[in-house]
Amino acid sequence: MATSSIKTSDIALSAATTDSTNKLAFWNFFVAFAAFGLAIPMGAYQVLERSGMFPAIENAAVYYASTSTHGVLMAYVLSTYFIIGFGYHTAVHSLKQALWSPRFAWIGFWMSTLGVLLAASTLLTGHASILYTFYPPEIAHPVFYIGAALLVVGSWFWCILMVVSTVQWKKANPGKPVPLIMYGTVLNALLWLWTSIGVAAEVVFQLIPVSLGWVDTLDPGLARVLFSETLHGIVYFWLFPAYLVMYAILPKEAGGKLFSDEFARIAFVMLFIFSVPIGMHHLYMDPMVAAGWKLLHMFGTFMVAVPTMITGFTIIATLEIAGRLRGGTGLFGWLKTLDYSNPVVLASTLSLLMLTVGGWGGVINAAYSLDALIHNTQWIPGHFHLIYGGTTVIMYFAAAYWLWPKITGHQLYSNKLVLTQLWLWFIGMWVTTMPWHYLGLIGQPRRVDTVQAYQQAEELVRSWDFSMLIMNIGAIMLLVSGLLFVYILFMTSRQPMATKAEQEVSYAEAIHPPLKVPTLLNSLSFWNWAMLIYLVASYGYPVLQFWFIGTPESPQWGI
Amino acid sequence: MSIHIDPLEKKWIIMTSGIVLLTWVLIIYYAAVENVHPPSNVEVIDSAHLHLTSGVGGGEFMEDKLGIHRDVDGALVVTMVAARYGFYPQHIEVPINTPVKFRIASFDVLHGVLIPFSNMNTMIVPGYVSELTTSFTRLGDFPVICDEYCGLAHAYMYGMIKIVPKDNFKLTAEVH
Repeated sequence: MATSSIKTSDIALSAATTDSTNKLAFWNFFVAFAAFGLAIPMGAYQVLERSGMFPAIENAAVYYASTSTHGVLMAYVLSTYFIIGFGYHTAVHSLKQALWSPRFAWIGFWMSTLGVLLAASTLLTGHASILYTFYPPEIAHPVFYIGAALLVVGSWFWCILMVVSTVQWKKANPGKPVPLIMYGTVLNALLWLWTSIGVAAEVVFQLIPVSLGWVDTLDPGLARVLFSETLHGIVYFWLFPAYLVMYAILPKEAGGKLFSDEFARIAFVMLFIFSVPIGMHHLYMDPMVAAGWKLLHMFGTFMVAVPTMITGFTIIATLEIAGRLRGGTGLFGWLKTLDYSNPVVLASTLSLLMLTVGGWGGVINAAYSLDALIHNTQWIPGHFHLIYGGTTVIMYFAAAYWLWPKITGHQLYSNKLVLTQLWLWFIGMWVTTMPWHYLGLIGQPRRVDTVQAYQQAEELVRSWDFSMLIMNIGAIMLLVSGLLFVYILFMTSRQPMATKAEQEVSYAEAIHPPLKVPTLLNSLSFWNWAMLIYLVASYGYPVLQFWFIGTPESPQWGI
Repeated sequence: MSIHIDPLEKKWIIMTSGIVLLTWVLIIYYAAVENVHPPSNVEVIDSAHLHLTSGVGGGEFMEDKLGIHRDVDGALVVTMVAARYGFYPQHIEVPINTPVKFRIASFDVLHGVLIPFSNMNTMIVPGYVSELTTSFTRLGDFPVICDEYCGLAHAYMYGMIKIVPKDNFKLTAEVH
């Protein structure tokens, strides 16, 4: 037994490797959270502007510039940079090996950052007020698309490094299971490579050529189909690291062990395979995709509920183990003994509560018969703010609080303030998104800067008033909580140095840590082939059809 | 090689799979028996030349053809154009609990149409005809709202629909 395996935690990383990884992680997080800090006040402004209760701040041009910027910063910059920073840190510390080429990582970082700055310059000056989905034939300034393309291409450098790290490790450790957190990370990198194909093709072959005037027309139907290929996978790209924190960091922080390692791997491969080829549920209400394809994508969409349900099961079981180890008894007694003063435990619990409600909302969106009622209503921002802004971003906070002492070397500033921030975010998210869900059900559209224009439908508009008042309160709570998060990270850098133990990085173990796992649950190539086949089957014809249905194409339009 | 699956996990998987299967069956049932389908007619049109009879799909959406009429089978059809920033015709009147077929084309950019408290919801993509058949179940006046961002005045893009009792409904103009 003793000689059969060397525990990976016994292998020490060199100080140089740790330092260069910390630097890489820190600067990626820095961009992520700077974008977040900028986008938070914009979000609050948009809510107040839209409520119609503050006429002095109402301005459509400012609103749409703000909304476009808020969406791009939160959905593309915060998420991508966080995932990249977390991924580099995970790859080095879980595999206990240096990154193949930190220089390659920095090239990707600077390419993406150049892209972000270019895109931001057009967004903030109102030259790209076409929202973060940038649906043609409204066309923004070409620099916006070039910036977006650079951001995506820069992120591919990270994907390549994640794959290289894993392949190197597998060669050096034949037959051994890739550490759970790294298996999830590399699958997420592959997921992003696959799912970014759609938007990359749309931007490179349609939007950039038209915006530069190289071609006169494009097919908005094709653009929407290509974008849909990205639109759902990207959501799981954002969510995946949140799950990884729950699987690989939470159990230890809670004082227990992960309930199951293998079950987690099954969830990961399912998340990978079912998150990309199902994007047409974003097109349920679109005229250019035949109903049969929508049905096929709907089946796949419901399948994504399975890995989420597995995750819910495993994480709650894991929390139960920890609660019982801490002396909890009875059916629910273990809930009381959990250590909610630990930021990771608190955030995970709050995240799961938001996931439960947000997930059921997602199941409603997934059924096209129900989608007809809520498509493009305020329900939709309600749903994705609860799932992304709530479930996912609260785990980004937790990961940042866990990582900050490790990568900066400073003690975390005020645990009490950290807990306040997490609670405020959680409550603020409910107070904001529940009215939005309800407003959607009673017919309020999303993406409008004012709802006062529907004057002939006075009675309906007045029925929205109360919910609009409540959402203002939620937005203020989120504003305070978001700024508090940035403040805590900033103040941490002025704290005394953390102890060696606080800086140590280690991941949770399962109750039965597997010495071997079935090849399929350790494989990358099999799942890539499976993805290719599923993707061709689900998107092949719907994309190809545009070459023979003879759509008269659209010229470009300004805003 | 077998993997370690707890009996509880096995039950959980069976229950989850059961829920997924149930949703599949429900959707297939409603598609096959109740005819619930998403708007998906994949029909192209020359959006830039809706006012002309030439061109792909030309003629149907000319100004004098817009509005409500009966087709050869006697079914009600609303022909509508969505353009920055309005729906044309701006006012329509339809009877309650009667299937109405909407055919809508965009003149310019991407639009959407949403009528609160109904299943009337579809994207209007330039280059394509959106077709949707639905019945309205509530009497009264409702806004016909553009529900996709279409430019800075997007929030001002709406029309009105009046749902009237079947007996009160009269076609004001026959259009063919």
